[in-house]
This record gives sequence, structure tokens and C-alpha cells, in this order.
Amino acid sequence: MNTTTGAVALRITDTEPLLSLENVTLRYGQGPTAVTAVEGVSVHLTAGDRLVLLGPSGCGKSSLLRAVGGFQPVDAGTIRLRGSPVGKPGPDRMAVFQEFDQLLPWRTVLGNVRYALQRGRGLDRATADARARDWIGRVGLARVMDAHPHTLSGGMKQRVAIARAFALEPDLLLMDEPFAALDALTRRQMQDELLSLCEQTGATVLFVTHAIDEAVRVGTHVLTLSPHPGRMKGLAAIPPAARQRGTAAFAQLEAALQAGLLGEDNSAAEERRHG
Amino acid sequence: MADATITLPATPRRLHLAGWRKGVLLLILAAVWEGYARHLDNALLLPTFSATVAALVQGFASGELVARTATSLQLLVTGYACGLVAAAALTAFAALSRWGAELLELLTAMLNPLPAVALLPIALLWFGIGAPSLVFVITHAVLWPVALASYAGFRAMPRTLRMAGRNLGLSPLRFVAEILIPAALPQILAGLRLGWAFAWRTLIAAELVFGVSARSGGIGWFIYTNRAQLETANVFAGLLTIILVGLIVETLLFRSAARATVQRWGQEQ
Repeated sequence: MNTTTGAVALRITDTEPLLSLENVTLRYGQGPTAVTAVEGVSVHLTAGDRLVLLGPSGCGKSSLLRAVGGFQPVDAGTIRLRGSPVGKPGPDRMAVFQEFDQLLPWRTVLGNVRYALQRGRGLDRATADARARDWIGRVGLARVMDAHPHTLSGGMKQRVAIARAFALEPDLLLMDEPFAALDALTRRQMQDELLSLCEQTGATVLFVTHAIDEAVRVGTHVLTLSPHPGRMKGLAAIPPAARQRGTAAFAQLEAALQAGLLGEDNSAAEERRHG
Repeated sequence: MADATITLPATPRRLHLAGWRKGVLLLILAAVWEGYARHLDNALLLPTFSATVAALVQGFASGELVARTATSLQLLVTGYACGLVAAAALTAFAALSRWGAELLELLTAMLNPLPAVALLPIALLWFGIGAPSLVFVITHAVLWPVALASYAGFRAMPRTLRMAGRNLGLSPLRFVAEILIPAALPQILAGLRLGWAFAWRTLIAAELVFGVSARSGGIGWFIYTNRAQLETANVFAGLLTIILVGLIVETLLFRSAARATVQRWGQEQ
């Protein structure tokens, strides 16, 4: 496992990284009361990577995702997408959030996806309509195409948000605990569906979660973070064989990640006590 | 198809039942009024319900009440429109800039508690006796509650929805028009309703003070002159007309607007 110094590439390639974080530090507030949420995170993603940010609450994983999305300023370091620093939020980085209220309530399922395509991709109505219908069908919601979001279940709303994000074909998909508010069965099913969509499209994903099994299931790589402030703790690649639930490899990786997270917590607390 | 024949009548029937209960309550109120007025037996103080209805019917038949109501409504709609335009400009500015937000907060805190009628002396100085003065005070009555409610609606927008909107990289104007305003529609509609009630009240109160002019006064003026002539039944007929117009606007305009929008979208139950 890698340490916090130096940039970590998920894969050694000749190509330019799609997303690169260099020594990223995020703070909340100003002056002496400022709280450091994330400190010195450096990592590179190549197209097709699915990096899971894993850690307990307070490790700054969501802040990091929001900073990549442009929703939050970076206090030190740089975040580059295809070589240029990320600015304001844009459709090249489509986000799916945990909360169910991320859809426009006044638009139907079809309307939500179509509107995003028209505004985010500048497509004309007919083209946007066709592409929206295709993606809504791919997440299995063809029969509620004309329903308004408030009539859907939580899982269906998240499916619409996922369809909307994929339909825009962003450079990078940002997923901030998209399944955390779902029941266990739906969550599993959604993880499987997301995995298959990612594999079909080759999407590059930054995925935030605190669930270890979810990290192993959906990611190609897992970056573990320690809390207060969020620092990089370790980076692990997930071999395709370990992605299958119920296998020994899956359980082993899950146990190793858990041990790593708990161990770091204890030693960090120890350090604070003695330091 | 069998489903449709069973489910279709359900909603109208429920509405019909709700209306029926209110109808009974209205009949009871009318009966109490009629009984008490007959017992009092003083048409100058309290005309009977039947006399009031007769005066109302006669007022409409002669065209006088219709003309008076039309005059009032015309002023009302003009002032209401002015108030809405001003409120829209102010809240859009407030939504887009910190300066605008502070300005709106300051102005509403200062001017919202000021009764519109209290501005009437100033309006008379500036615009003289006539329609412009009335439009001015109505604008004041509408502007602040509508601006306040809309701005509260903007602020109450869920953070996630805001981020999802920003994610599309919309221009500021598009963001306001296509995300912020629809998201705040429940509060905006509530503000429009409140503004309408304030405008109506302000207009009648202002008309009672001076009317537009004796010949083309509105419904407030109708009430005022009939009181002076001790035609108490006409005074009550004027009051009933105000209530009727209020009810019609409330049910036909605001309630159907809410049903077609925020209730259909689940933003309001």
C-alpha cells in the first residue's frame, strides 16, 4: 500500500491521466477556527478507472468529490481534468447524490433526463428525447417514463439520476453515496446494475462510500482515507475476480480493507494522545 | 377500460361531497343572519339576508354593481401587475447577488410592516386624487409579501437540487428561470395569494377614503355612498360582492393553479 507522499497513479500508463489530484487540501471556515477536511491528497485516474473513496464519516471523502465537481473551492493543490484545472460545476462531471431530491420535481422522468441532455449537451429536443428514452429503458424504468418523481420509490429516483448522469456521457461520473439511503436488497441490486453499466460504457467513476462491501463490488481501486483531517491511508486495486460477492477473494479483500481502516483509526488516535 | 369506468367518477364525487357540507354551513349562517335581523327589526343597522340578496340582485341587474366591481378589478389588476413586476425584478436581483439579497432583506424589513393605506397621503401628494394613487398603494401592498415569499422559496430550495441544477452548467438567468423559480413555486404561489388578499383590502380601504372620482368610483366607493344615504342593504350587498369576487379568484385562479402545478408535482400536498 502507498503512503501519503507523492502522487499515486492507479495504473502505470503512457497516456495523460484523465483526472489528477495533486496535494489537494480542503478547509471549512477561515482563520483560527478553520477546520481542515482533507489534506494532501494526490491521485491520478486513467479513463475507465473506478476509484472508490472509502472511509468513516469525517474523512472528507464527500468534500473531495464536491471539490472535483466544482461545488467547493480547493484551498491548496490542484485538480485537473484532461490537463486543465476544474472550474465551476459542468456536465463534463455529472454527479449522482445520496439524497432523493436531486431530480426536478416539476419534470417527468423523461423530462428530467431530456432537459439535462438539452441544457448540458446542447442537443435538440428530438435527439435528446431519443437518447433519454434509451437510457431510461437501460435502467429499467421505461414504464414510468411519464411519471413525476414524487410518485417513484427511492430506488427508482436514484435510477433516474443514474440514467441522467450516464446519458450525458460525462468525462467523469461523481457518485456520492448514491445507494446509502436505500434498503439492503435494493442497494445490492443497484450496485450490480451500476457495475454492468460501467462495464458496458467504460465510464470513469469517482465513487464515495463508507460501506466496504460496496467499495469492493463497484470499484476497480479503493483509496482509504483516515478522518480528522482526511488523509490518504492506502490504495488497493481490486482484481476482477474479487468483485464477485460470496467468493473467498471478495471476503478477503473486505476483511483487509476493514482491518486497514480500523488499524489506522487506532494508531492515529494513539499519535494524537502522545503527540 | 373497466378500470376507467370505476375510477373516473371517484374524484368529482368527493369534491361534490365536500362542497355539499360547506353549502349546509352557509345555509345555517344565512338562516342565523335572517333570524337575528328579523328579531332586531332595524333595516338601518342590519338588513335581513333576503333584503341583502335582493339588493345584490338588483345591483347586478341595474349594472351598477357590475360597473363598480369592474372599476375596482381594473385598478386591482393594474396595481397587482406592477407589484409583481417589481417583486420579480427585486427577487431575481436578490437571487443572483449578495448585494441584491441584502437590499431585499433591508427593504422588506422596513416596508413590509408599513400598511399600504398609510402611504395614501403621500400618494395623494405625488399623484393627486385618482387611479395612479390607488395603483401606487396597491403596488406597495403586493410587492413586499410577494418578494418576501419568493425569496424565502429560493432559500428553502434543497441543497442537492441546487447542486444538480448547477451541474448542468446553466447560465445564471437560465438557472433562475428554469430551476430556482419552479423549485420555489409553492412559496411563490402562497405569496401571490397573500398579495392578492392584501391588494384587495388596500383597494377597498383606499376607495372608502376618497374613491377614484364620484362618478367612476369602485366598489369601496359604492359602499361609502350607500352608507351615507342609509341604504344599508346596498352596503351589505357591496360587502357580499367583495366576498364573492374573493371566493371566485381563490377557487378558480389560485386553487386550480396549485392543482395544475405544485400539487401535481408533489411539492405541496
